[in-house]
Amino acid sequence: MYSFDYQRPPTIEEAATALASSPDAKVLAGGQTLLPTMKQRLARPSVLIDLGGIAGLQSISRKDGMLVIGAMVTHHAVANSQEVKSAIPHLADVAENIGDPQVRNRGTIGGSLANNDPAADYPAAALALGATFKTSQRTLSAEDFFQGLFTTALKENEILTEIHFPIPKRFGYARFSNPASRFALAGVAVAETAAGVRVAVTGAGADGVFRVPAMEAALSKSFAVSAIAGIAIDVKLLGSDIHAGADYRAQLIKVMARDAVTMAAS
Amino acid sequence: MKVTLTVNGQSVIEDIEPRTLLVQLLRDRLQLTGTHVGCDTSQCGACVVHVDGRAIKSCTALAVSCEGTKVITIEGIGTEDHLHPMQEAFREHHALQCGYCTPGMIMSSIDIVNRKGHKLDEHTIREELEGNICRCTGYHKIVKAVGAGAAAMAKSSA
Repeated sequence: MYSFDYQRPPTIEEAATALASSPDAKVLAGGQTLLPTMKQRLARPSVLIDLGGIAGLQSISRKDGMLVIGAMVTHHAVANSQEVKSAIPHLADVAENIGDPQVRNRGTIGGSLANNDPAADYPAAALALGATFKTSQRTLSAEDFFQGLFTTALKENEILTEIHFPIPKRFGYARFSNPASRFALAGVAVAETAAGVRVAVTGAGADGVFRVPAMEAALSKSFAVSAIAGIAIDVKLLGSDIHAGADYRAQLIKVMARDAVTMAAS
Repeated sequence: MKVTLTVNGQSVIEDIEPRTLLVQLLRDRLQLTGTHVGCDTSQCGACVVHVDGRAIKSCTALAVSCEGTKVITIEGIGTEDHLHPMQEAFREHHALQCGYCTPGMIMSSIDIVNRKGHKLDEHTIREELEGNICRCTGYHKIVKAVGAGAAAMAKSSA
């Protein structure tokens, strides 16, 4: 990879200042996507600002009826947290099925969400649960945060610090994995919270994670597999690549939605 | 820039470029060449080491990010005369052919035992070895070795 300068600030304020003072700076979380991207020379930051030295970003807690997860909490920590398991058990399962054990020991929830990979699992979970995103500057809803492929509302000098998950009445997530990479060919998250029922799809959207209003309306009336059996997905919303065509992904979404509803209802 | 960490119990201070990967520090600076580079894309697991007790892929971590940590490599778990029980299990079950993936396999396997305990069924072992690729053996003997090594670790103080 190209050379760069490195900083490891102790506070989020200093990290934000460092980020603002260098136009080509990038934030380093667990590095499980950024470092491979830099090795391929697809990214060439002048400065890396490592968030690993900021203690406040690594905690999991329950606050005002929300599950609050710090941006630098690893997938392994989410998967094994008693707090997560008691509040949103299947969110721990989402974390447990990301990547492989070594990646889960290093990769972080904030890094994954800020990267917004169209095949990542967390964006679907966060969108379905209606999470709110706390940054160094403001608070964003999940709808506002995700802005399409590898794109979020985060500004150049803005850092994601915490994700606040409403504790749902029920939640489920089902993924059909690419057999080689284990990334989602289609992943569907279904949640019922005080704000209603939401369904979010990852891995399949032509423009990244998206909601399925028809399924949400049907599940609001009756939270059962039968309620969504006849709902088709518009293939124009979906992506096609060497791994799967849009029509196949449309079918996978129906099947994964069924599995996610079954999981959430059990 | 300067990085200070502990490698296999010994304090290490090195002056390195920020872009130095942990595996490059281990192999090129410290001559600990037991940790291998296979794919260099964090898929194959030949480079697995333990950082503060957890298995990571050292090809996908900056050495400077490991400031202040305790790193254990394949050289740090046993000696030629006293192999680690997991190394002994790999030898006993002939869980290798070319041996290139073996250091990473063993470091991952010890991590599996640390997380999942000493009684591991075949399904668990296969699932947990997802991040390690072997192109020779077909995995059967590796899976047997991990199960045996896990049980042996319960009996030893290792």
